[in-house]
Amino acid sequence: MQFVSKPRPDAKTLAPVISLFVLIMGTSLVTPGFLDISIVDGHIYGSLVDIVHRATPMLLVAVGMAIVIGTKGIDLSVGSIIAISGAVTAVLTVNTEWLPFVVMGCALLAGMACGLWNGLLVTVFGIQPIVATLILMVAGRGIAQMITGGQIVTFHSEFFNAIGNGFFAGLPLRVVLAIVIVVATALVLRKTALGLFFESVGANAESSRLMGIDSRMLILIAYVFSGFCSAMAGIILAADIRGADANNAGLWLELDAILAVVIAGASLSGGRIYLGLTVIGALIIQTLTTAILTSGLPAQYNLIVKASIVLLVLLIQSSRTRDFVKSRLMLARRSSHVE
Amino acid sequence: MTDQNNPPLLSIEGVHKSFPGVRALDNVSLTLNAGEIHALLGENGAGKSTLIKVLTGIYVKDSGSLVMDGKPVHIHDSLDAQKHGIRTVYQEINLIPTMTVAENLTLLDQPKRMGLISWRSAESRAREMLRRVGLDIDLRSQLDSHSVAIQQMVAIARALGSKARILILDEPTASLDSQEIARLFELMRQLKSEGMGIIFVTHFLDQVYDISDTISVLRNGCHVGTFKTEALSRSDLVSHMLGKDLDTLHHEQSDSSLEHGNRQRILSLKQVGRRNMLNPLDLDLHQGEVVGLAGLLGSGRTEVCQLAFGAKRPDQGRKSWLGTEVSINTPKQAIAQGMAYCPEDRKHHGIVAELSVRENLILALQSARGWWSPMPMSEQKAIVDEFIQRLNIKTPHMEKPIGELSGGNQQKVILARWLITQPKLLILDEPTRGIDVGAHHEIIQIIKDLCGEGMSLLVASSEVEEIVAFAHRVAVMRDRTKVAEVSGDRISQKSIIQAIAQ
Amino acid sequence: MLNERVLPLIATIVVFVLLYGYGIYEYKGFRDTLVFTNLLTDNAFLIVTAVGMSFVIISGGIDLSVGSMIAFIGVLLAYLISGLGIHPVFAAVIALCVATFFGTMMGVIIAYFDIQPFIVTLAGLFLFRGLAYLINLDSVPIDHSFLVTLAEIYVPLPGRGGLTFIAMAMIVLLVIGMVVAKRTRFGLNVYAIGGDKQSASLLGVPVNRTLVKIYALSGFYSGAAGIVFAIYTGSGYPLAAVGVELDAIAAVVIGGTLLTGGVGFVVGAFLGALIQGIIQTLIIFDGTLNSWWTKVAIGVLLLLFILMQKGIVHFTKRYTEKSVKPEPEAVPVTKAA
Repeated sequence: MQFVSKPRPDAKTLAPVISLFVLIMGTSLVTPGFLDISIVDGHIYGSLVDIVHRATPMLLVAVGMAIVIGTKGIDLSVGSIIAISGAVTAVLTVNTEWLPFVVMGCALLAGMACGLWNGLLVTVFGIQPIVATLILMVAGRGIAQMITGGQIVTFHSEFFNAIGNGFFAGLPLRVVLAIVIVVATALVLRKTALGLFFESVGANAESSRLMGIDSRMLILIAYVFSGFCSAMAGIILAADIRGADANNAGLWLELDAILAVVIAGASLSGGRIYLGLTVIGALIIQTLTTAILTSGLPAQYNLIVKASIVLLVLLIQSSRTRDFVKSRLMLARRSSHVE
Repeated sequence: MTDQNNPPLLSIEGVHKSFPGVRALDNVSLTLNAGEIHALLGENGAGKSTLIKVLTGIYVKDSGSLVMDGKPVHIHDSLDAQKHGIRTVYQEINLIPTMTVAENLTLLDQPKRMGLISWRSAESRAREMLRRVGLDIDLRSQLDSHSVAIQQMVAIARALGSKARILILDEPTASLDSQEIARLFELMRQLKSEGMGIIFVTHFLDQVYDISDTISVLRNGCHVGTFKTEALSRSDLVSHMLGKDLDTLHHEQSDSSLEHGNRQRILSLKQVGRRNMLNPLDLDLHQGEVVGLAGLLGSGRTEVCQLAFGAKRPDQGRKSWLGTEVSINTPKQAIAQGMAYCPEDRKHHGIVAELSVRENLILALQSARGWWSPMPMSEQKAIVDEFIQRLNIKTPHMEKPIGELSGGNQQKVILARWLITQPKLLILDEPTRGIDVGAHHEIIQIIKDLCGEGMSLLVASSEVEEIVAFAHRVAVMRDRTKVAEVSGDRISQKSIIQAIAQ
Repeated sequence: MLNERVLPLIATIVVFVLLYGYGIYEYKGFRDTLVFTNLLTDNAFLIVTAVGMSFVIISGGIDLSVGSMIAFIGVLLAYLISGLGIHPVFAAVIALCVATFFGTMMGVIIAYFDIQPFIVTLAGLFLFRGLAYLINLDSVPIDHSFLVTLAEIYVPLPGRGGLTFIAMAMIVLLVIGMVVAKRTRFGLNVYAIGGDKQSASLLGVPVNRTLVKIYALSGFYSGAAGIVFAIYTGSGYPLAAVGVELDAIAAVVIGGTLLTGGVGFVVGAFLGALIQGIIQTLIIFDGTLNSWWTKVAIGVLLLLFILMQKGIVHFTKRYTEKSVKPEPEAVPVTKAA
């Protein structure tokens, strides 16, 4: 007997991919030259590249968020972590002679420490994720300002310039960095059993406990990883503007990141991690933003469009909606039978 | 009994209720008189809760009629039930733990003055309600600062309210201690003397004989019979509940016997117990032996399994594994020793519904190996393929979310999940609950095969017949205590039922 | 009557008194009632928002859209008054209706589609900010003789202080909130839903209808806060009140309301917001400390209060753990052989 081990990709998986495709095609109709890609000095340029370039910070945050949501959690503090890691990067670059690598390491460690804090509140103290991460969301920007001394700290560093706007093998360096992180994450999730365990804990914590899975440790890891991703995003954003703005760095990025995960089809009640689709989701959001900007519509439509998409996706996902549609269909079928 | 002048308080006549695939109530008729305490008994799935929900308007019956005081009544929602004076108190106290006693008692019906709630008259009304049940507690104290028994009393006080005529108590004693139960019974007797009709659902036979006037037994949605309490012996009652006629069960005994004199002891429990859950008990499990746990619902079967595996942490007693004393307080420790556990509540404690059949199947083994050493996909597929065929699991493909499989197939996947870890001891709690007949037989056969291969099994089941079919030894549970142990030739449905009823 | 429900509120009052006492001890200026009445005026919009938020949090939900709502209503008000020349009273009524409408819509989605409040109100956050931008991109001054009259209302108090119009409006809204919470059936139903949604529904509490009303109320209160804020700043600005949702949540929690729902006092939101205001004032009086200390201090307070609530719940749970509630009906699958 043969068992099909991989079912054909279903509508749920295809929807985000098709949406992205349609979005890009639609935009290219409105905006001529949208699909153009040119190579200048061995570097790739073009609107599509620009989208990917701009999407990297949010994409990284979304990847961390996808895992946290997979464990039935949520991380509202990512914006604050971005501000903190950006602040650490800027202050250490300005005030010390440390190698940029070390500075970057410190910024990443700061982000992971924030994640650890969130994780401890969730696992050891048993505080609901929304509440636990809210604390850092409130206090985090204050901490970031404390680090920068309340100023917008600007810095100059070849290394960070490269991370912000440099190229590597023809591609923007930060895109390469994001690809490396996403691919590495995917490998760790799928080539070890970690991904499976995350999903198991998110879908049914009690069953997982009865199978000997250490859910506390896994949830802790998820938040630390989310801290890491946010810190990376913070470094890129700081490198991009060559400065740390504790007030505005990463503002509302948590919303975009959650939106990306939701578009990917993951349920907010945990249990599934769709890394690839989350990347697509992030690209959809960035394409939308860019499309609205380039199509001449006022930028303010951006927020409204995003809000409408979140609501639409959630309403489609809602089991109530499905039940409603199902019962309607059944009624229709029954009445057609009667006739 | 029903003469024209004095019709019964409530009579339920030929009530049917079906759910897709299940007939939950099949022609059930009951009569409840004023001033009567009527015990409603039955195992899981017998239809007790469905009947109560029909009476309280949560479900609408398919057919049949309800007659109160000789007049037919129609109950379409809980408001209708309220209107007719039918009040229910559930085991899980359906009050708001974070609100005060007075707030709970008057919720939704607070007396108002000039459009605003008047707490002074609300409190005096609440005090009146508490007096009815003989309770004198601070009205402004938070409900959850009181013991479960007091909360239960408050719930009854709220239920009685005004115009209550029928009180349904759904397992009110499950989490009470004996003193609290005595207090509750006192209240029930008082209400009875006031002419209230009380329907009392419980698993505890002692309590049934203590308090009830009449006993009705349901089984598989059918009404087995209604009896005067003093005229029904305990063993007859248990046979009615389990659907076994003791007289026909003379020589139907276990075909399994096992010399375990020189067999190695796998797990032994010494005075293992936990307060409010299970009274301390001793239990030994030998290699290649199947030990059955028999008893009625709520007798402590499940708790034995949970404490043995460490799913719940025992607060007293010692465990030894293969002759040496070990601490097995968490599932992780148990699995490391070579134990496995299929819990009773498959949906919440067994399957991981969103994950696929393959993932569910390998999860326990993968967990034992650790996240860093993943099973290669080829190995996974080979194992999953093998067990899908060996246990005859019906699924279109192994990537189907397990939540979409039927109960029997889910159970087989859970079994397979543990079998691939090659445990020395497998604990099965109600392995055949909610499973169709075909799969039922298959699972029993699997249990027998496993034991033939030298695995030890601890199997809790409400089906005495099933236990007799495969157990070498049976521990009989009653009221959270181990009351007897039968082994070898003496295992028969009759002996077990007698031990349960005693 | 002392029980665990009032403990957090007492802690709030203690914190408030300590901070205020410290201010009086350390700075002469604090002794004037002016400091206190200024606190009322400066934090009026936050207190009003927090009163609405209290209902949401007591019901076990959360409303992240309030900050954007304040900005949106402010911009709308500016447009109605300065752009269309509508009288401020009518403009305010229209604005309140709009805010309540949007709150209701969020409530409908939360209640009838069973979607988590935080994500629905997150969408609201986007939407209202976007709508604000749509009306206007820049700060628009609100000029009207009527508003000038309002601004001149001032009830002097002994000690150089005095109540402004918005302070008084805030107090009225606060008192209404307190009365609704404890003296109406709706208010009690909110507590019941937050305490145990399933039981509440079994007791007959109209859960979905109440939820809709709760978010409508929160919409109304944040709309009112938007009006207060617009009067306070004399303008409507789409980038106003960014992050106010966090301040409001913090105010409610520091005010002793349990974030898990079921327990809390509306007056706590008032105290919680004032505590934030005092911290800010103290930092200004100090002169050497920077403003970010406010955020850090509020974060620390928030943490302490959440941990305290956890501790109280943990140590006072005297009743034995409730067993897991069974599913509505464990329907046996074909056992009828």
